[in-house]
Amino acid sequence: MNVLQDSLLELIRRASAEIPDDVHKAILDSLEREKKGTIAESAMKIIEQNIELARSKSQPICQDTGSIIFYVDCPVGFDQLAFQDAAREAVKTATKKGYLRQNSVDSITGKNDGTNLGPGSPTVHFHQHRSPEISVRLVLKGGGCENVGAQYSLPNEKLKANRDLDGCRKVILDAVLQAQGKGCGPGILGVCIGGDRATGYEFSKQQFLRKLDDENENPELNRLEQDVVETANKLGIGPMGFGGKTTLLGTKIGVLNRLPASYFVSVSYMCWAYRRQGVKLDAEGKVEQWLY
Amino acid sequence: MVVLKWRKMIDLTTPVSESTIRSLKVGDEVAVSGTVFTGRDAVHKYLHEGGKLPSGVSLNGGILYHCGPVVIKDEEGNWKCVAAGPTTSIREEPYQWQIIRDFGLRGVIGKGGMGDKTLAACKEHGCVYLHGVGGAAQVLAQCIKKVPNVYFMEQFGAPEAIWEFEVVQLPAVVTIDAHGNSLHKEVFAASQAELAKYL
Repeated sequence: MNVLQDSLLELIRRASAEIPDDVHKAILDSLEREKKGTIAESAMKIIEQNIELARSKSQPICQDTGSIIFYVDCPVGFDQLAFQDAAREAVKTATKKGYLRQNSVDSITGKNDGTNLGPGSPTVHFHQHRSPEISVRLVLKGGGCENVGAQYSLPNEKLKANRDLDGCRKVILDAVLQAQGKGCGPGILGVCIGGDRATGYEFSKQQFLRKLDDENENPELNRLEQDVVETANKLGIGPMGFGGKTTLLGTKIGVLNRLPASYFVSVSYMCWAYRRQGVKLDAEGKVEQWLY
Repeated sequence: MVVLKWRKMIDLTTPVSESTIRSLKVGDEVAVSGTVFTGRDAVHKYLHEGGKLPSGVSLNGGILYHCGPVVIKDEEGNWKCVAAGPTTSIREEPYQWQIIRDFGLRGVIGKGGMGDKTLAACKEHGCVYLHGVGGAAQVLAQCIKKVPNVYFMEQFGAPEAIWEFEVVQLPAVVTIDAHGNSLHKEVFAASQAELAKYL
């Protein structure tokens, strides 16, 4: 194992076993909010207990350790191929150690070779910048919440959603209603307004790199983010869809330009078991700083 | 808003009788003990297409767990379950009714709820849907005391195999009972009506 592989292995371990502080705080707040002596409160208590157990035992918070998505910010001249090799080795080792489930299946033959390596696994997004800094963020996104993601093309007559922010609000809330408890709520939404079908979903997932307590720089979107959370939490879907006060822990909305003919709103749903971690690396690949 | 009050924890030990199952109601919290087999997408499709259960696996009076666990071998070569929460059950909706009918299932543990076909089969044959806390893989893995066997490991891969678990006090909530009640339908209808007020 080289230094970079070691760092990436530790990044995977922490992402799989430890909930980031910002998400943990939101979960504790929602546990407070649920009515005492309800099934919703009981579910939130199990969730809280689970977070502590996973951290102390260094084992996966959730058995579905999800799609493995790396986001790398790197300087010009950074060896992307060497990074990809190191990421693959780290994923293989993490799977052997049980930080990751054997989670990657050949879509045609149904075979699972147990390595988590194959076309699209892991996924690495590189972003070059002028600074010498190397940072690697990792999101592990489970299948249950991925399955309740939704993409809307506006206008949507059935939902009376036009091509404006009110239309966006209507379809985002429809996605919450349709998801109910199936995505392991209370959940967090990542939304992209605009883009094409591929970039829209991709950018909606990138919103999960934001901290839950940050504020959107665009005041209109900031208002919409808060409005979606407040309204969703009045619907009574609750933890796991058991009924209750907390349906969403947060919503993050990003925007891409669109074609005149297209107006997509892409909604990705993240479960409460929000696996996201990040590191700043030095030139040798050693961890300098944890980002969440 | 639908509010389920916590009443008490009811013990369910496999094999479970039909009368015990019929005494349960939506909102009851149960603690499952005994032998539980896992089965998810590949197993449901296989059984639906007429596949046979391997000898050693009996679902009669049993409880099936929709789960794809993380299981590793310990130093002595024994299976050890390190993470085992429920997976989304609705994907098994096309098949579940038939498996309840043909194999004498008394309970299904999963998450997210199931639809009308499963609801009808639960009522007709005496079965309940038990909702685990999705994502709570550590709390639930602690309830799995032993992993005596695994079946179809080669054919379906580890997450999709049939794992035999000895469980003690695995917590879940009855969200579909054997009387035609579904918490999922209730919450969906209530939340849909509520949303209409804010659009």
